[in-house]
Amino acid sequence: MSFVSRGFRGRRRETDVDPTRVPPGQHVTTDFPVLSAGPTPHTSLGEWTFSIVNGDEKKAWSWDEFQALPHEEVTVDIHCVTRWSKLDTNWEGVAVDTLLEQVDHDASYVLAFCDGGYTTNLPLEDVSDGKAWVAFAYDGEPLDPEHGGPARLLVPHLYFWKSAKWVRGLELRDTDEPGFWETYGYHSYGDPWREQRYAGD
Amino acid sequence: MRTVVLGVPDWPGHRAGQHLDVRLTAEDGYSAEREYSIATAPGEAVAITVERLDDGEVSPYLTEELRHGDELELRGPIGGYFVWDPEDESPLLLVAGGSGIVPLRAMLRHRRRSGSNVPVRLLYSSRTLEDVIYRAELDEPADGIEVAYTLTREQPPGWSGYARRVDAELLADIAWPADDGALAFVCGPTSFVETVANGLVELGYPPNRVKTERFGATGR
Amino acid sequence: MEALDGNAIGGLLLDVFGAEMTTAEGVCAECGTTGPVAQLVVYLEAPGTVARCRGCSAILMVMVEVRGITCVDLRGLAELERTS
Repeated sequence: MSFVSRGFRGRRRETDVDPTRVPPGQHVTTDFPVLSAGPTPHTSLGEWTFSIVNGDEKKAWSWDEFQALPHEEVTVDIHCVTRWSKLDTNWEGVAVDTLLEQVDHDASYVLAFCDGGYTTNLPLEDVSDGKAWVAFAYDGEPLDPEHGGPARLLVPHLYFWKSAKWVRGLELRDTDEPGFWETYGYHSYGDPWREQRYAGD
Repeated sequence: MRTVVLGVPDWPGHRAGQHLDVRLTAEDGYSAEREYSIATAPGEAVAITVERLDDGEVSPYLTEELRHGDELELRGPIGGYFVWDPEDESPLLLVAGGSGIVPLRAMLRHRRRSGSNVPVRLLYSSRTLEDVIYRAELDEPADGIEVAYTLTREQPPGWSGYARRVDAELLADIAWPADDGALAFVCGPTSFVETVANGLVELGYPPNRVKTERFGATGR
Repeated sequence: MEALDGNAIGGLLLDVFGAEMTTAEGVCAECGTTGPVAQLVVYLEAPGTVARCRGCSAILMVMVEVRGITCVDLRGLAELERTS
């Protein structure tokens, strides 16, 4: 790819950033791009539930029950596989640990499932020990539907396609089952620091 | 707004309504790609009309930085569905929202250059009169072409044209009756296209006689 | 983020199939809706490009660029036939 468009620089990027915070192949943006594979679902809070599914068993929380759980504010960097990174993003949510504590299980993997049919797979340990949240607020405001509201998964240490929008639950599994993008060629794990964008990376 | 004329070596020719994909690549390898409808008729120099979007990535470059002599990476011409050829003798209904006028203007120019007499009605929706592109050309339409504007945000003093978003009633005023066998081309932002296309089907247009091309909300 | 239509993937499909595909007729494997590729509901802003059935929203095509190669999944289509 040797063609260069004279004078083209692309979107204004943040260049005054600590390079150790930017994984390989990423650039920092102050925008918050909206990426989607389908129409924005609109689930009313009255209908919304979050479930942990463990074989035949299911533990579910209504929106009110969910809001009553301990939640925390976190500031994290996020990295999208489409090469933009956004630093110091502010979220509020319930730690996935808090949800998993309420279920007896010995699962090794989870498959997050969402309104609209999106799924993504993660090892259980990558949504445990303070590494993941079910986030319902961004920058102090209720999470916008186009960014995944009422709630999305937030797993900042992996590429952001793992932070599933419109999340409705986690299925606990013994085996790893590829989710939506993983089925179409994206990496099963997705570590931005090892640039694991595609299967085989 | 800027119309960029391109000299394309070995250009295979194009059809009215087709588009180009333009790719810009920065020195660090970062690239951005956008689609632009070809604004000119087959036989004319290939040109695109670009609207500068404030938060755009490609349009500021094409409207402000690009200079005579610069090279652009292109793919095209593209499209076989949203195209008009003069062999088709159906009355034409062209409905444009904002920058959706670009491929329709190519069709109008092709009609004139090919000597076609098909009757045409153009309905062009813009925010203000200043936003109307190709105004001088559209104000002097060829024989058999009727042009109606609707200005949705602001109208100049004394404006006697339409002054609202296209709705069922406006469409019913302008559109050829369903029995006339007209072919409709609707182009513009997605929500505009859906409103108009649904409206035409409600008026009795068979769905396969309403051709649509949706641009993103930001005009592509 | 509004959806586009199959016209927006004309260039990509031209590269992949070596032919004009917006007029190709597709049949949705889910609901049977038949129509030109130009009429599909297309989402471009994603880790991949997704084209959905205008009738039932089922996913008909997914295009992902993996290490410079465009991978096309057409599982959602029962049929895809060029008409031109």
